[in-house]
Amino acid sequence: MSTPRDERKPVTDEPVSLRVIGTRPPLYGAVDKVLGRAVFGADVSLPELLHGKVLRSPHAHARILSVDTRRAEGYPGVHAVVTARDLPEGAGEQSERDNTLAGDKVLYVGHPIAAIAAESPHIAEEALALIDVQYEVLPPVLDVRRAMQADAPLLHETLRTWSLAGQAASSSNVAEHLQHVKGDPERGFAEADVIVERSFTTTMVHQGYIEPHASTALWHPDGSLTVWTCTQGAFPVREHLSSLLDLPMARIRVVPTEIGGGFGGKASSYVDVVAALLARKAGRPVKVVMGRDEVLKATGPTPGTFIRVRMGARRDGRIVAAEAELCYEAGAYPGSSVGSGADTIFACYDIPNARVDGYDVVVNKPKTSSYRAPGATPAVFAVEQVVDELAERLCIDSLDFRLLNCAREGTRRVSGQPYPRVGFVEVLQAAKAHPHYSEPLGGPNRGRGIAFGYWGNWAGQSCCTISVNADGTVSLLTGSVDVSGALTGIAMQAAEELGLELRQVQARVADTASIGYTDVSAGSRTTFGTGLAAIEAARDVIAQMRARAARLWGVPVETVSYDRVAFTTSVDPTQRLSFRELAAQLSATGGPVMGRGNLDGDVLRRGGAPGLHIADVELDPETGKVTVLRYTAVQDVGRAVHPGNVEGQIKGGVAQGIGWALYEGCFYGEDGQLLNATLLDNKLPTAMDIPAVEPVIVEVPDPVHPYGVRGAGETPIVPVAGAIANALYRITGRRMERLPMTPAYVLERMGVI
Amino acid sequence: MDGKVRVQATINGQPVEFLCEPRQSLLECLRDILDLTGTKEGCSDGNCGACSVLLNGRLVNSCLVLGVEIDGGEVTTVEGLAGPDGLHPLQQAFIDHAALQCGYCTPGMLLAAKALLDRDPDPSEERIRQWLAGNLCRCTGYDRIVRAVQDAARRMRRDADVHAEG
Repeated sequence: MSTPRDERKPVTDEPVSLRVIGTRPPLYGAVDKVLGRAVFGADVSLPELLHGKVLRSPHAHARILSVDTRRAEGYPGVHAVVTARDLPEGAGEQSERDNTLAGDKVLYVGHPIAAIAAESPHIAEEALALIDVQYEVLPPVLDVRRAMQADAPLLHETLRTWSLAGQAASSSNVAEHLQHVKGDPERGFAEADVIVERSFTTTMVHQGYIEPHASTALWHPDGSLTVWTCTQGAFPVREHLSSLLDLPMARIRVVPTEIGGGFGGKASSYVDVVAALLARKAGRPVKVVMGRDEVLKATGPTPGTFIRVRMGARRDGRIVAAEAELCYEAGAYPGSSVGSGADTIFACYDIPNARVDGYDVVVNKPKTSSYRAPGATPAVFAVEQVVDELAERLCIDSLDFRLLNCAREGTRRVSGQPYPRVGFVEVLQAAKAHPHYSEPLGGPNRGRGIAFGYWGNWAGQSCCTISVNADGTVSLLTGSVDVSGALTGIAMQAAEELGLELRQVQARVADTASIGYTDVSAGSRTTFGTGLAAIEAARDVIAQMRARAARLWGVPVETVSYDRVAFTTSVDPTQRLSFRELAAQLSATGGPVMGRGNLDGDVLRRGGAPGLHIADVELDPETGKVTVLRYTAVQDVGRAVHPGNVEGQIKGGVAQGIGWALYEGCFYGEDGQLLNATLLDNKLPTAMDIPAVEPVIVEVPDPVHPYGVRGAGETPIVPVAGAIANALYRITGRRMERLPMTPAYVLERMGVI
Repeated sequence: MDGKVRVQATINGQPVEFLCEPRQSLLECLRDILDLTGTKEGCSDGNCGACSVLLNGRLVNSCLVLGVEIDGGEVTTVEGLAGPDGLHPLQQAFIDHAALQCGYCTPGMLLAAKALLDRDPDPSEERIRQWLAGNLCRCTGYDRIVRAVQDAARRMRRDADVHAEG
């Protein structure tokens, strides 16, 4: 394993003089976490607490004929049993209701049907066995291509395909057909000297957060509700509860606990409504903690896919045409990540003529949820192998071929938007200059591959408040859940604006009663988007404090300025107050100062973060086992607010990508049973499997952010499988058309078995 | 399961006595009876290591040990690592090296690392990686955890030398 060199100096566009941004302070909460004192979802405890457990479908597809809960209700220690009948009539979207507690049908193994609250989790589990459910078992459909066929079993009799042409007349498992067209693809292919076409399949993969979902609900005598839950977004959980319980939003307080990993999977709500229904019926607080098998069977995987890519290039090395067909498994209900897959597949390149068709397809597996750059990893696995093959056929260096064709400022994406300033070229140049790209591999059966990926930023909506304390410290609240250090990055931006040290800023995550609506911590948006809200709040603080200084000095406010060291006025150079000195006088000059940032980031022009990865792998030709020896990830992050944190995101994202590339997957039997519902069989990478990944930070500032920050957390997973596949091609001479690339599959491609 | 069993043990250096059901795991006893929620549940079948504790000096998954089995024994959990002088060198090294992100695997990871350093004060990188392979981390990619353990080992050897010389 190579020596880590991640303390390298970032590549910067311009010199800057920032005091807080760019440093590496310890993260908020780190001491609590090493002491075991941080409160995660399942750590919540209340007086008179009951424990909830969920009855789940043993069948992948069945009609529910009857549910009899009477025996379970009479079991000693049981306090409440709930089914779909306990949901208020007509409340919420049908698919959300049905995925919370099944109505007429179950659509996957693990589909919730009923839940029990009892004195202990053991009693609740025993009582689950006493619920009598009668099923009419139906044939399941598990594969995306099979599900698209006209004679496939239908999950939803009323589902009809939406497309640009409107809604289809007859029922289907295809919920949506989306399409992007740019230029004239037919003419483009006619111009091409070389055309490559390949098809790829990928398996559903679970996000694999180590903390199972946990939610605790408490009803108050006035009919209001408090829910403590481990989630990526307290406000979306509140909205979900409000909708399904038919309860006004203001009467619900969702308190986000520390979150033990989410990666998109905790942007969905699974047991919050169930805990609330049980607690209401039992008249006592109820905690529902999922078991690992429940997590793997019934929560969030990312879609399995079928992707066909065809690309054409001229002899001069220019890509002139491309088309892709992406078929994504949505799981039991519509809403896969095919949209972002289609948006990302050709995102790195400037292609004059292209067409992308995407299909959102329901199958008898759990409803999919986001997973780190949702939809992008399978798409990039596919396209980067085709790009690699084009370069090879044209006898052009793989990196040079990407430089020749990469997107630039103003390039219009196939999905429509033109790019603002994004560091595609800078990332490729930094990769080319990196010693890893040219150093020898150092042994037989080794190969080096590269892949180029992109993930766009979504700023979303965020709120942040900053209250100034009399001692010159400030208290910052945000609605963004602290996923892996985001809170520290947000506070650092506020500290920079306020001219304070980070230790003078105490940041906390607020519950939904204490701050305004804030979107989920997801989509690479938190440090970027909520950071913008924190900057806005800090600027509001400074504006108010300038007015106080003006009042104290009896000068017009326009003459007062703050240079992040002291407040001064151009009228009287003898007047000067530090932030702390002025803070001490707020009470006597008009009362408390509280700054407010409420960002509608949806109106911002969207940037994003490209990443070029270099992977060295070794293949054992006898067993097919692949070992990743060396790995370098070059990424444009705009400006690294906390470089240590950015590197942590890159290392972690690559580790997940290596697992996805080589062995992770949710494997189903023909009857729809999940065959690997434990972490023994659903293998995640261990310390033995991941080399010391080297992150290389490139900083091309994003023009919409005052400090140039880009969201950085998701791009690191996107190119990994493609880079490893391209490395394996160098060893085997075979393109890898399936994920995961297990030893058996690699040997099969080599013709050994 | 009416019949509860009385268990006496030493937990984090303190004598403890509690009643539990014979079917309750050590993990459940720690979390639900003794309020020691620093030990985490990730899978309850011994595959993630989040619930790692030391039982009579041995590293165990507390989800695979019954509460009644610790009768007369000694248990160390994450709550027992810090001493009167502050954080354990492993805890400090995890903070210094940013060896945690979400922090959910951290308590188990710390105990696994302590069990290693108790046996081998100067482990190779390979040995650290092997020893920690029973503890899953989904956030960090492990590199910084390995470096934190190496650094803590250095600090602990240095402290031991100072004590020996003193």
